[in-house]
Amino acid sequence: MKSPDLSKEQPQLGRRLFLNRIWLLLASIVAIEFGWVGFKILKSKSNSRVSTELESIVVAGNISEFAPGSVTPFPQGQFYLACLDDGSFLALSRSCTHLHCSVPWDEGKKQFVCPCHGSAFDLNGDVLRPPAPRPLDLLHVRIENGVVKVDPGQVIKRDKFDPSQATRI
Amino acid sequence: MEVINKKQTSQRRSLSSFIMHVHPTVVARDTLRFTLSFGLGGMASTLCLLLFMTGVLLLLVYEPTTLNAYSSVRTLVNDSGFGSWVRNVHYFSANILVFIAFLHFLRVYLTGATNTGRQLNWVIGIVLLMLIFLSNLTGYLLPWDQLAFWAITICTSMLSYVPLVGESLQMLLGGAEVGASTLSIFFVLHVVFLPVTLIILAVWHFWLVRKASGLVQVEEETSSPPIRVSTSPHLVVREAAVGLSLIAIILLFAAFVNAPLLDQANPGLSPNPAKAPWYFLGFQELLMHFYPTFAVCVIPMLLLFTLLALPLLYDCSLPAGRWIGVAKGRAITFSTAVCGLLLTSIVVFVDDLTLASDGGAITFDWFYRGLLPTALIVVVLFSVILLLRKMFSLSRVQSGLILFTFIITVMLGLTVIGIWFRGEGMQLVWPW
Ligand code: FES
Repeated sequence: MKSPDLSKEQPQLGRRLFLNRIWLLLASIVAIEFGWVGFKILKSKSNSRVSTELESIVVAGNISEFAPGSVTPFPQGQFYLACLDDGSFLALSRSCTHLHCSVPWDEGKKQFVCPCHGSAFDLNGDVLRPPAPRPLDLLHVRIENGVVKVDPGQVIKRDKFDPSQATRI
Repeated sequence: MEVINKKQTSQRRSLSSFIMHVHPTVVARDTLRFTLSFGLGGMASTLCLLLFMTGVLLLLVYEPTTLNAYSSVRTLVNDSGFGSWVRNVHYFSANILVFIAFLHFLRVYLTGATNTGRQLNWVIGIVLLMLIFLSNLTGYLLPWDQLAFWAITICTSMLSYVPLVGESLQMLLGGAEVGASTLSIFFVLHVVFLPVTLIILAVWHFWLVRKASGLVQVEEETSSPPIRVSTSPHLVVREAAVGLSLIAIILLFAAFVNAPLLDQANPGLSPNPAKAPWYFLGFQELLMHFYPTFAVCVIPMLLLFTLLALPLLYDCSLPAGRWIGVAKGRAITFSTAVCGLLLTSIVVFVDDLTLASDGGAITFDWFYRGLLPTALIVVVLFSVILLLRKMFSLSRVQSGLILFTFIITVMLGLTVIGIWFRGEGMQLVWPW
């Protein structure tokens, strides 16, 4: 098929190009819609997630039960109650500030040592050994009538240990 | 009668030509050498096939809910019938696939199968390699045992360190708290999204090999065209031999060795040491030395970019069709590899010592533990390569080979350290 007449071919090509563009446009609209719907579904899913945050206050016990320099785990609240040497209290979240592994307390070394990438924290939660970028997170501690109570609802991030973070009587 | 026969043969021919459509009809005899490709690409596709088949069977049993996932896998394992065997085949094929795909990637670079006409395929191949890693990752999360739970926790936490998009990505994957929605998302990724993408890209990958007229071959100096033989039977029997023996070995192996399954996920207790599967241990090692944003995002991106760009932008494909065919290639590869391994172990050891000092004054921030060392490594690496180029008047191809070998051996070295030299609390230990 020879078509020497270029002027005749021009509008044909133009139409083909136009239709092709329309197809491309439609296809990209479909792709965008698909992506948007997927995004929305995932989003609604993560919004409707039942919050597993622990609302209730954990009653840790009487002050006299905790020796200075000791660490007591509270699995139901996912934290450790550390009684510092001067008798004040810190509630340390047990999840590592690096990538959220659960850090166990090593009684012999007097350290928290993370099993995932080897971060170590001291009694105050301060970083002894990286890669953890900041000290263990804190939870609110209240002392009412000689009873230590911890609110696991919200965690407090900090850059460094400061004695004012600890709660005393 | 005759007509029917013709119909039958034509149908049969259509079937076989459909199966064969990924191959050219004739291939150069030279490319049939086993030592050119070691059949690695064919092995990888065989393993994918095996994985799809066993995966479908496993889907019949597996329940993707946090309550039932572990028990459904546990029943499978305890069941004396074929259930645990199918799971073993799936598990070992997946692990071997990572290994084989990595070797295939090395083979393609080292035999120079990255020159004109194969560049797009290099990119697709790297994407396929990523998809294989992702499939493995999402796969080992599904049993919801201790390994799975802590791996998901670490991975979703890692996302929060990605600049700009990290937080929202983490939200989409179910939030910081690992739970039911996280499992279902990983399940969908593993059984639908990743395999479909993998199949599409793999077919494209094969077709591009065919378009480049088969495997890479030596560019002849003489003008005489290479001797060609027909694909069937010459190539097909060879592929069948490799594929079938591989299948036989895996099926037998899976009958005697069981895939591991740890205790059920326990959000309160990380196993000690908490190690990722072997192919991610190099990555885990990076996390121990670099600020998370760099270990998670910047360094992998740099690596990926270099590997992608090396044969494309920088124009340093090795000579085609021979293993490390560049002049002095073997010596260069060997000495770079030795240097790379030595350097990696020294740096890891020294860095571990400085981290271990209980001064408490170590700053682990994004500058001293992230930007500074990363920039330092990049600058030193490139200046050393430039210096070597000047001193020994190396060609572009040779310096590219140095860079490639160095990157690969450092990654391998980190992986080896992660597998054998890390003990309880991820401390450095001797493996014996
Ligand atoms: S998660 Fe604790 S060191 Fe990485």
